[in-house]
Amino acid sequence: MNLRRDVFQAIADPTRRAILLLVASQSMTAGAIAANFDTARPTVSKHLQILTECELLKPEQSGREIYYHFNAKKMKEVSDFIEPFRKMWDDRFDRLESVMKKYKSKK
Amino acid sequence: MENKTKVHAEEGKQELFITRDFELPIDLLFKAYEEAELIEQWMSNDYTTMKVVKLDSQKHGGYQLEATAKNGNVVFRANGVIHEFVSGQKIIRSFEMEGTPYGVQLEVYSFEKLGEEKSRLEMHVIYESVAQRDEVLKLPFAQGINLAHNRIEAMLSKSK
Repeated sequence: MNLRRDVFQAIADPTRRAILLLVASQSMTAGAIAANFDTARPTVSKHLQILTECELLKPEQSGREIYYHFNAKKMKEVSDFIEPFRKMWDDRFDRLESVMKKYKSKK
Repeated sequence: MENKTKVHAEEGKQELFITRDFELPIDLLFKAYEEAELIEQWMSNDYTTMKVVKLDSQKHGGYQLEATAKNGNVVFRANGVIHEFVSGQKIIRSFEMEGTPYGVQLEVYSFEKLGEEKSRLEMHVIYESVAQRDEVLKLPFAQGINLAHNRIEAMLSKSK
């Protein structure tokens, strides 16, 4: 099962994070979500599909419309949010390394 | 490819470990934590500029940092006191992000020489509670959300 990697994949994309933010504040239809983006409608649909597959979004039928809900439970696992944290430190340490290499060559 | 930076955080514990191997001699790695000018350089990134307001790199010393966004707004202020400062070996300090609910964390930095041009840093970070540690772990995700949110706002205001 690749669920864990899928969550990383889902939150790695800025548009998908933006979608999560929108839906976290209120459940929305695909059309209402797409209206918030310049991106083409099929691209937004693809993002919604990925977010639904890794269970960060839950589609629910309400009359003729499908509303997307944010599934906060999915973000609660430590293992799911450790990767962005690790990446943040990795970037920071990469900068430290390049700053100190430059500092050394200047001496 | 193996990750250069490793984070070890066990479920249900109020601590975590961050380990990184550098292609730097140990004295240079330590210097990066000792001098204000260098800290400002490597702690700044594309989104925020880090300013060292105060730094007294010695036992009983302390520090104050201020991060500003590109538009000049202060993103956060952080401060701490230094409990131990052994050149090339160890730093023990506290860290607090002012005005946030993340509390005060204790940081133990261990510096290790691996070769002439290779060194290792291990950070052992202890939080006030398991819940607080988990909140801090979620921070980068929350920031990503905020950045995306700002872009949405910019987009919305443009389309008006």
